[in-house]
Formats: sequence, C-alpha cells, structure tokens
Amino acid sequence: MNIIVCIKQVPAKDAPLAIAGNWIKEADIGFEMNEPDSFALEEALRLKEKHGGEVVALSMGPERVKQTIKEALAKGADRGIHVADENFHQLDPLGSASSLAAAIRKEKCDLVLTGLQSDDHGFGQTGVLLAGLLDLPHATIIMQIEVQDGKMRLKRELEAGWFQWMECPLPAVLSIQSGINKVRYATLKGIMAAKKKEISTIPRESLGVASETTQRVERIYVPTKSKKTEFLTGAPKEIAAKLVEKLKFEARVI
Amino acid sequence: MKILVVTEQRQGKWNNTSFETLAAAQTIARETSSSVVAAVAGKGIAALAGELAGKNVAEVLLIEHDLLEPYTADGFCVALKQVVESAKPDLVLLPHTYQVRDFAPKLAASLGKGMIGDCIGVRNDAGKLVFVRQMFQGKTAADVVFQGAAPWFASFQSGAFRADLVAPHPSGQAPVNKAGISLSPGQIRTKPLELFREAKQAVDLTQAPIIVAIGRGIKAPENIAQAEALAKALGGEIAASRPICDEGWLPMERQIGSSGQTVAPKLYLALGISGAIQHVVGMKGSRTVVAINKDQNAPIFEIADYGVVGDIFEIMPALTEAVEKAKAG
Repeated sequence: MNIIVCIKQVPAKDAPLAIAGNWIKEADIGFEMNEPDSFALEEALRLKEKHGGEVVALSMGPERVKQTIKEALAKGADRGIHVADENFHQLDPLGSASSLAAAIRKEKCDLVLTGLQSDDHGFGQTGVLLAGLLDLPHATIIMQIEVQDGKMRLKRELEAGWFQWMECPLPAVLSIQSGINKVRYATLKGIMAAKKKEISTIPRESLGVASETTQRVERIYVPTKSKKTEFLTGAPKEIAAKLVEKLKFEARVI
Repeated sequence: MKILVVTEQRQGKWNNTSFETLAAAQTIARETSSSVVAAVAGKGIAALAGELAGKNVAEVLLIEHDLLEPYTADGFCVALKQVVESAKPDLVLLPHTYQVRDFAPKLAASLGKGMIGDCIGVRNDAGKLVFVRQMFQGKTAADVVFQGAAPWFASFQSGAFRADLVAPHPSGQAPVNKAGISLSPGQIRTKPLELFREAKQAVDLTQAPIIVAIGRGIKAPENIAQAEALAKALGGEIAASRPICDEGWLPMERQIGSSGQTVAPKLYLALGISGAIQHVVGMKGSRTVVAINKDQNAPIFEIADYGVVGDIFEIMPALTEAVEKAKAG
C-alpha cells in the first residue's frame, strides 16, 4: 500500500506572533510539524507496518519545510517530496490543494492522508479539495482505518458524540482526526537512517497550476475584546447572591 | 444579490446551526438588499421545508432524493452542484458543521470556486463583503474577501449568529419549490454504514441551553460532584476542558474546545478553566459567560460577562444553594 501524507510546517505553538500585514514576521520564530498532520503521518506508518508499501511525506513551502520532511523521514517515512514555494502562505485553499494534487498525480499511490486542519491558517479544506481535484472518494475526521480486500472500513466522527462506520474503496483521500493514535518519537536510529533518504524538490511554478486565487486574506489582527467583564466581589454567599441576580434579571437564564 | 442558505438535517432533525446561518443570511440580505433562498436536502423532509417557509425567505428549495439519505459527500456534491447551477446564487452560505466540512470545499471546487470556511462574522464594507475568520487557533482574526466571479461559498462557525434572531415570514409562508436533480447510485463511491454512540448516555451539548464546565481547577475527580450539583440546580449539562477528559474524569463527549464540541448556550459557567484558546474556540459564542477562577489574569476573563476571582470550592456550594433558593421562590 503506497501512501502519501500531506504535512504542513507551521509556526511553533509557543512562538510569539508578530503580525505583518496578512501574515506574520517569520524571522525570529521556530517552526514545527503541524500537530494534526503528525497523526496522519503516524496512521500512514502504522498502515505500512501492517500492509507493506511505502510512505511518502509531501510538504509545500519555503526551504525550511525540509526540516519537517526530515522529521517525517526520521519517524519512518521512506522518502520526501518538497514542493518549493517561498510565498506559499499567500495561497488560498484551492491554490494550495491544486499544487499538492499536481505533485500527487506524478506518483502512484493508493491512499492520500491529511491532518484535519493546520494550526496556522486553519482552513481545514486540503483533504476534501484533493479528493475533488484527483477525482477520488474521500472521508474526513477519521478515527479508525481497517483495510480489507482492496477497500477500507472507516470509523468517522460525527458531532455530538456520534460516530459512523463507512466503506470506502481505494484509492482514496482521508482526513485524519487528531487523537486517532499516539504518535511516535523519532529514534536516534531513525534520525541516522533519514540522512540517507531521498527528498525530491519540485518548484511549485513548474507544476503549471493557475495562480489566480478565489479568496484573499486582507489583514490579520489581534481580535478586539468584545465583552466588558463585570467582576463580582464579596464573601462567597454575597457573590452567589449577586450572580443569581445577574443570571435572573440580566442574562435571564434562571 | 441572491443568497442561498444550505441548511442541515439528519434523519429529519435539524442541525440548529442551520438557523444561525439563516440569521447570517438575513442580516447580509438586509444590508445589501439581497434575497434569501433556503434549501434543505434529504429524503422525506417536506415538513422541514415547510418549517423553513415560515421564515423570512423568498423561496425554499426542497432537494428530495432517495440517495440523499443517508448523507454521502459524493451524493451531496452531485446534487448541490446542480442546485447551485440552476438557482444561480451569488453567495452560498452553510453552517460550519462536520458534514459541511466533509463536502462543501469540494462542491465549491467542482464549480471552480473557493470557500471561506469557519467564519465568525461578516461585514459590508461599502458594498464589499468582508468575512472574518480566525487564524493561528484564535490568536488572530483575519479579514478575508472573495476574488473572482460568483458564486462565492462561505460557512459560519457555530455561535457566530443567533438562531433566535431568524426573522419569520412577513405574510405567512414562502413558496416551497422542488429542486429537480439527477443522482444515480454509481455516482456515490462510499457506503455509509451504521451510526452509533460510544457511550450509552451520550449527550448533545450543542443543544444544551446551560453548560457548567470544569477545568484543571477542579483538582480531583471527587470534586466533580460539586460542579454537577450546581449544573443540576441550574438545569444544565456538565462539560469540561480537554485535560479533564484526557484524565478520564469525564467522558470525551463532554469535552468543549477545538478537539471537542463547539457550543453556544445561553449560559456558560466556567469553573477553574484558564481559557486556553483551544477551549475558548469551543464556547466563545455563548450568550452569557460567567468565569470563576483564582487567577485574576486567566484569559477566560477576557470573554467573560461576569467574573469572580476566587476559590471555586467556596463559591460552587454557595451558588448552588442560591440558585435552588431562587428557583424555589
């Protein structure tokens, strides 16, 4: 089973964000593998261990994303593909997915995995768009994958505590729900082995994807506080009495 | 401008976020002199279409087909593409549900269009619609505009608009028209199987009007009973931030936040919750937020209407008693 995992590199969780127009200043911050994608990578590695085949880590972005591809290789991916684009963060979801789809078309694969969404843009559309662009069936928010007789039985998370089993043929695209598995750490042996693994680079402009976008982020900003907090003070009994007044006559919920 | 709202139902029951999105559409329509068409898709849903017709909309589109129940992404994309092509809306609005996330980006792409997903607001800047969504997990907001020609697709996060503000039809009922679509079994490649819940007494927190949520400040599982007593007195549901569910103190289905449920109750009472963004994205749409925390700098206070800096173990029992007394009297 040959699997391509789409992995994004995003600003580190604790990175201080300095806003610059419609993006952030990248100069002094660290980057890391998008956490939701790490669950997709782990799932790919587990499927490979069970069914054989190859895991390819696909990432798009500037030169720095090679570090994230290397991390995937150290964890057990067999090779990497880097779609190089210094201005990657300006792409809209469709432009981004179209570029990834063009790179995936060059490969022979049975399954494409993505994480649920990215921790930076948070568009959460890549997997579904890839399915549309590659004309493959898809499923999202997947909590379990069983492969049998050339098709998959999938556990899909719905809202409000509901789940659903579904069948999906291969090849397909799946968006993996965070928390589906416990992700592994790279071992020292894995890190050493990764040095010998191949990362092929494809300049994004060579993929022939149209450059007009469907949407544009005009600016980003720190959200203005919309609420004015009224603090209630006193002894616990007084606070309770004041709060009940508020809930009864202002919020009108009791 | 013509706005098409695609509502959501499952097995004849509304996803209530549909009405929030309808409220959003009515708001945009008022500001831009637009008309609103509401659509509902499925099987045996004429009654739901009738319910939509009672709202202030120009038309209701009933998209009935045997193959639209149960939901499949393929079925919905094929059907709704035809509906969009024949209704020719400028703007297609959807609630940002798990189901919409599963098909809407592909639907838009099949028409060569893009979707601005998970919006928390929209404004009319001199005739240009500016959609507001979050980036960096809520640490920043972003103003996003469409490029290129209509139709444009956008989805609204749960809690972004108020369902109770949906305007009724001014003179009775809007016309309900059946949307003619063709859909064959061969176009649906996935096969949905049984729906199930992991836990027996699963609860739909999105429908709860009052939620009492606990965070790390609850300290130990034996203290949860105090919060439950308060929830019971208020007639609400108990919920928690992620760490509490990761510890197994409450089931995962009661988790609020980016990896749990997104709720917008009338009252959200946060007990010992610091207000990390992963939690806040799941509850910031709540009508009234009360936060009780011993740390006066806890970010939860930034979105609280009423704040108490103090010990939850002193305030919980006092508040339970006061609520019971208020309800009795």
